[in-house]
Amino acid sequence: MTQEDLSIADPKMTAQNVNVFYGEKQAINDVTIDVGTDLVTAFIGPSGCGKSTFLRSLNRMNDTIASARVTGKITLEGEDIYDPSMDVVQLRARVGMVFQKPNPFPKSIYDNVGYGPRIHGLAPTKADLDVIVERALVRAGLWDEVKDRLNESGTALSGGQQQRLCIARAIAVDPEVILMDEPCSALDPIATAKIEELIHELRGKYAIVIVTHNMQQAARVSQRTAFFHLGTLVEYGKTTDIFTNPKQERTKDYITGRYG
Amino acid sequence: MAVVNEHTVKAFDEDLNRLRGLISEMGGRAEQALLQAMTALSKGDLELADQVVRDDKKIDTLEAEVEQLAVQTIALRAPMADDLREMIAALKIVSVVERIGDYAKNIAKRVALMDQTRSIEAIPVLMSMSAAVAELVHDALNSFAARDAELAVRVTVRDKNVDDFYNSIFRTLVTFMMENPKHITESAHLLFVAKNLERMGDHATNIAEMVYYVVTGEHMEERERGETPEESAAAEQEKD
Repeated sequence: MTQEDLSIADPKMTAQNVNVFYGEKQAINDVTIDVGTDLVTAFIGPSGCGKSTFLRSLNRMNDTIASARVTGKITLEGEDIYDPSMDVVQLRARVGMVFQKPNPFPKSIYDNVGYGPRIHGLAPTKADLDVIVERALVRAGLWDEVKDRLNESGTALSGGQQQRLCIARAIAVDPEVILMDEPCSALDPIATAKIEELIHELRGKYAIVIVTHNMQQAARVSQRTAFFHLGTLVEYGKTTDIFTNPKQERTKDYITGRYG
Repeated sequence: MAVVNEHTVKAFDEDLNRLRGLISEMGGRAEQALLQAMTALSKGDLELADQVVRDDKKIDTLEAEVEQLAVQTIALRAPMADDLREMIAALKIVSVVERIGDYAKNIAKRVALMDQTRSIEAIPVLMSMSAAVAELVHDALNSFAARDAELAVRVTVRDKNVDDFYNSIFRTLVTFMMENPKHITESAHLLFVAKNLERMGDHATNIAEMVYYVVTGEHMEERERGETPEESAAAEQEKD
């Protein structure tokens, strides 16, 4: 059997020998992985395996946790994101994040999407901002549903719409990477399907990494899958290979429901 | 039989074990059909032959049952990795075992069509061939039950013996027919029996290839094939 070439030409982000500690406890153990724009990457693994911790390292969200410490090298377009000269606010615009529970601002739909571009100086005029807001909402698949009520509160939308609003919010600041931490866990199957279709459309425009508990979802939306277990990256490969013929026993045990 | 006892959801284990049990039962019946059909042939036992024909219905019923259970398991359990490969293999294997059963039934049907007063020298060789085929089918099904990829590979290699048997019986019977025109009808039937046995050997190989896929996730390398009698006869003619 020939060893398939899994390397990504021109990766958007790279992580090399990354360790993450919460005080004395080591949550992530020597993880090395590349993230590309053309391939959606899924992180799967049991609760507590570190996949969300690792995801948060990619845009320095762990900085907000006092006891957290990250070692190793993580780069975005070749730049070390933990370098002291890196502007963290700017980083989090370039590497956006969508969370499990939709968290729109208590503002209008328009202002939810427009807030980021405004504070980042991306829209000199109101007309510019209108364009950015519309484009982001179109890209997030929400425009048609809200174009006539942009002044209504973002929190008045349904769960699925709120999540798409949060994606639009992330897109509005023109990111390079979108990190999604279990984006559909709180959504019904139809809303989930819409988000999955959206991920499919966004592929190639942004590098997307999705953490998910739902293996069928990882199988549906991603082309590459990384299986985490007890803080270690156990196996990384093409999604079809991981789910039809995984190489590691632990991976197989997890995806076939033999784990635990 | 390898019993599954590993999934967190125990009902999944139960489904898989039931599936394996059904496939085992079906395989056992197909083997028995083969042995009984050949016994009926060698002894001219019309009643036994009739029983083989009747019993084939049970094999067909089992195939339908396995299909339904496999589809249900795929829909409800979303099996992954080796569990998924096992579902696909189960579906393919039962359709192959059903064919083996059909070939045995076909042999049994010919018993009534042959005049039992004539004895043909090819029959003992046919009995040896059928014993080899029965062993092959038995081992192929065992390799599935035991998830034994190495045994599966050996089955595909041993099929060459069955092919050699067929080639030799073909030549013997053709010669016999030329020298004994009164025995052509019986000989023609025996040719079909030999061909059926040869096909059963091939089907045992198909089962073995599926087992290899379930266990390793890879496809077996193309095995070597000997010349068929048709090919060697053509080669002979070109020499003249």
